Amino acid sequence: MSLPQAAEQALAAFSAASGWEARARLLMQWGERLEPLTAGQCCEQNLVSGCESQVWLLAEQHQQHWQFRAASEARLLRGLLAVLLARVNGLSNAELAKVDLLDWFTQLGLARQLSPSRSNGLQAVLRRMQALTQ
Amino acid sequence: MLFILERSTRIAMPLHSPWRSDFPALAAFASEGQTYLDSAATAQKPQAMIAALSDYYQGGAANVHRAQHLPGERATRAFERVREQLASWLNAASCEQIIFTRGSTEAVNLLAYGLEQEFQAGDEIVISALEHHANLLPWQQLAQRRGLKLVVLPLDASGDIDLTTAQQLIGPRCRLLAISQLSNVLGRWLPLTELLALAKSQGALTVVDGAQGAVHSQPDMQALGCDFYLFSSHKLYGPDGVGVLYGRTEALQRLRPWQFGGEMVQTCDYQQASFRPAPLGFEAGTPPIAAVLGLGASLGYLRSLDAIAVAAHEAALHRQLFSGLQARSGIQLLGTPEVALACFTVAGVHHSDLAQLLTEQGIAVRAGQHCAMPLLASLGVSGALRVSLGLYNDGQDLAQFFSALDQALELLQ
Repeated sequence: MSLPQAAEQALAAFSAASGWEARARLLMQWGERLEPLTAGQCCEQNLVSGCESQVWLLAEQHQQHWQFRAASEARLLRGLLAVLLARVNGLSNAELAKVDLLDWFTQLGLARQLSPSRSNGLQAVLRRMQALTQ
Repeated sequence: MLFILERSTRIAMPLHSPWRSDFPALAAFASEGQTYLDSAATAQKPQAMIAALSDYYQGGAANVHRAQHLPGERATRAFERVREQLASWLNAASCEQIIFTRGSTEAVNLLAYGLEQEFQAGDEIVISALEHHANLLPWQQLAQRRGLKLVVLPLDASGDIDLTTAQQLIGPRCRLLAISQLSNVLGRWLPLTELLALAKSQGALTVVDGAQGAVHSQPDMQALGCDFYLFSSHKLYGPDGVGVLYGRTEALQRLRPWQFGGEMVQTCDYQQASFRPAPLGFEAGTPPIAAVLGLGASLGYLRSLDAIAVAAHEAALHRQLFSGLQARSGIQLLGTPEVALACFTVAGVHHSDLAQLLTEQGIAVRAGQHCAMPLLASLGVSGALRVSLGLYNDGQDLAQFFSALDQALELLQ
């Protein structure tokens, strides 16, 4: 399965980043690319529970293809959301089910962000994404 | 002249902890590039405690208070010696006033269930606005079960209990005051003398949560004069899974058993049972034997240290932490911490972003709400970073922290 174009870009950028500072800068740059949600979309219904910082996640399906949108008040988490969405946006249900997100974050050098002790909420976002697409 | 020179040289040197090498974890952390500044969450353990755990298992485990055999007798004696050690450390009148629990949280729950029959609908339980969830939720839930009013003592601008308001709020319907000794968020001592006097003047029971306080000042039950005092072993350089509840003898007599089973029973048939008095009547099931022995070893280790030197070292570390945070622009301290820890936020920086970049640099601090959601909400912050100190920390740890903080803020600000 070939990667979506945005995912190819993320992989190229993060593979070239060496060290935590470079990765942090990249995450913040990617976070800036997230299309902002309206105040109305940042509502209780879209709020992902279980996150230390507030995260909102929306999912829409256009002709069998998923389109997610997300926002967070924390900048690095916005970056993590951006590279997550780069990997999953535009996929069909069948494709989405096959994506190994731990592998994706590992490829980006961000696997530690998914560890269960992390309270950044990325795990909760993934659970919410699964729930929304089932 | 020589003396002055020596002194100034010493001051210029980074703070050194002579006890650091007693804690094997510190060397292990150093070898993986980790700087541990989260002792208010749980403390590292001295070699003496690790050896005690190992010795107990190597020498042969046995259950306590049950068996006639030699291993059982040996375990029981060792277990009860720790109770005596604790009574002496706490300056309690008798070791029968010392109950082993699984931790501070369980100790508060024991009280909230064991004292339930003391309350009538409309009675009041008074806590403070800075309580840890462990000293809030058991009382909140008791209040809901019994139709009681949970009264919350507010804080003033510096993070201290407003005593004038407290005087009005601790009224004739107050049946119990449950209060921390030292805040796990604000790092300030509470005015226990005044608050306990107010509660006693209304005939209320008094509970002091010493989870943080016991670590930084040896508690004295006779001087404090509260009905109940509790703390956790794991924050006091001991094993996890064990806590201590002290009770004044008259107060313990008002406590009903809350968990049943094991050797807490005196007589038992299928339909009826009678129960032992404190302490065993409140220690249902097999207690955490190894952990209790480990706590005894930690306590023995702590008592072998020069308490004045330890306090001076902790104070010097705290001054460095406090002044370092104050010197940096954009940093907002939560209250004015006096000892042990400091919580802070940074203007325009989300605490989870800062926590992530400190983690990247091997700095182990706590980020979030510190099990005190209502307090953080009332301070108007969604979360904060907490740096907390143990007696093994040194100036180098703080230097690492500040360098990592500066690097992280350079990226984030």
